[in-house]
Amino acid sequence: MTDAMTAFLEGTIRTATPLAFAALGETVVERSGIINIGLEGSVIAGALAGLIAAGHGGVWNGFAGAALGGMLVSAIFALFAVGFRSDQIITGTAVSMLALGGTGTFYRLLYGASGAALTTPTLSPTAIPFLSTIPVVGTALFAQPSVTYAVYVLIPVLWWWMYHTHAGLALRAVGENPNATIVAGISPRRVQLIAVLIGGLLGGISGGTLVLAQAGTFAEGMSAGRGFIAIAIVVLGRWRPWGVAGAALIFGAASALQYFFQALGSHLPYQLFLAFPYVLTLVALATARGRTNAPAALGQRTLQTF
Amino acid sequence: MTAHLTLLADILVRATPLILTGLAVAVAFRGGVLNIGADGQLLVGATAAAWVGIVLTPTVGVIALPLALLLGAVAGGLWAFVAAYLRTRFHVLEVISTIMLNFVAVYVVSYLVRGPLQEPTHIYPQTDTIPSAAQLSRLLTSTRLHWGFILAIVLAVGIWWIIRYTAAGFRLRATGANPYAAASAGRIAIRQVTTKAFIASGMLAGLAGAIEVCGVTFALYENLSPGYGYTGIAVALLADLNPLGVIVSGILFGALESGASALQRDANVPATMATVLEATLILLVMAGAYIRARRKNSSALITPSLSITG
Repeated sequence: MTDAMTAFLEGTIRTATPLAFAALGETVVERSGIINIGLEGSVIAGALAGLIAAGHGGVWNGFAGAALGGMLVSAIFALFAVGFRSDQIITGTAVSMLALGGTGTFYRLLYGASGAALTTPTLSPTAIPFLSTIPVVGTALFAQPSVTYAVYVLIPVLWWWMYHTHAGLALRAVGENPNATIVAGISPRRVQLIAVLIGGLLGGISGGTLVLAQAGTFAEGMSAGRGFIAIAIVVLGRWRPWGVAGAALIFGAASALQYFFQALGSHLPYQLFLAFPYVLTLVALATARGRTNAPAALGQRTLQTF
Repeated sequence: MTAHLTLLADILVRATPLILTGLAVAVAFRGGVLNIGADGQLLVGATAAAWVGIVLTPTVGVIALPLALLLGAVAGGLWAFVAAYLRTRFHVLEVISTIMLNFVAVYVVSYLVRGPLQEPTHIYPQTDTIPSAAQLSRLLTSTRLHWGFILAIVLAVGIWWIIRYTAAGFRLRATGANPYAAASAGRIAIRQVTTKAFIASGMLAGLAGAIEVCGVTFALYENLSPGYGYTGIAVALLADLNPLGVIVSGILFGALESGASALQRDANVPATMATVLEATLILLVMAGAYIRARRKNSSALITPSLSITG
């Protein structure tokens, strides 16, 4: 039983980590009034870029490459959604398709049609002294790959940045009323562009985490909808860093349920557990009740020109 | 000659599900419903058709085929209704809910073909072959082309006529163009219209799946759809959401994808290239709309806008 519990908690944090990166990134994007469905594309691009970059200089190089790859994909989205004011949903869908197809093509061209399992060294868990010896939760929280600790730092930093700096205020103001911010001397397009790029960067790191801290290899479509789930997590977390981190944890737990039941020797069909996070997303969105707290200008395409 | 005929038939076979999912997306987008879930709706439609074919054919006999197609469409409609209900009742963004339902559909199929519906020898993760009573007959005997293609064309023309000439079609267009104006000036019950559009869209996608099972694969398995539902988005957008245009763009994408498969087989070019091309085409359509709007110097936005408040 304790083994099952430890496996479950460890699995929760492990699955929550990439989700948290992507969802925190999307929080920044949506706070600027843009909804980026193309986040899925940033995640998968980050995964492949991470693998390639890690092959040329180690794990940390891999993460830098992942961030860059994710950002590159989000730049395409920004060109259309921010630059051309195209419909954000359709643009995002196209960008996701582009990245999912593009990474698949690129991977097969680079490593052969079969896509032979190419492995990369991964970050091994680093136990934090003292903290990791706390009973039950210690190993789950504090004996993880160091990239997980980066999330712990990112949450308060993002919160502080959004609520206690000028730039954070500008970001939130643009998401509420972009036209009013023009009068205040802020360029909504610039703010939205930067927000989308930050979102892509974090989405890329999310994909990098999948490859460089977990799977140790790349597979076509390995993002498996995490970018889309992250968008649901943002809604559930009410567009606030702490709330979003909490929601990511809930989704991590939902995915980790399979480890719990496996450890208990359950014979339920495994597809049930695989489908569970997606069903949970639906239930969570239905119960999130309306769009209170949503940035007022979310999804809005028209901008005043002066 | 026969080689060319086979090639043409292969293109039209590939185009059939793309025309239907393209129609599904066009109907939804016209009504302001962003249904990204045609792929999942197609899969449940395929599942229902396979179930009818394998389980019911012995009892129902000759009506097995129409019943399989009908239940396929109904299953797709029901799958879409889940997202429609979540949208109208709970304001859940249908883009997210339909994508989630796509994943759920994949796992439902995965469970069924490894469990209750698996073929008798229990070796392969797929169903048994459906009996010939549930199969669509060939249009040209020497090729794979089946009557499903004709059905898709007839539906495209029918939907074009409905959207253009009927009151229901007008309500759909008005709701899609501006739901608030439609509600206040036209007294149109926009919730009803969007729900119906969503269900109709799901039924078309479900039918695409049923036709694929009854006309091409004759069995259900996990990777039945190589993303037909997502390609349908590109098909519909390239046709400017016009059902007649969907026939043309559907055949174009059918050629593109069957060409990509051949290239992979013969020249080792990854078939995923087709997805990249499709996505690029969608983006080019968006860029084109932007350039046209700029040239007119108006703020007119060509593609339907996201209505978050439902």
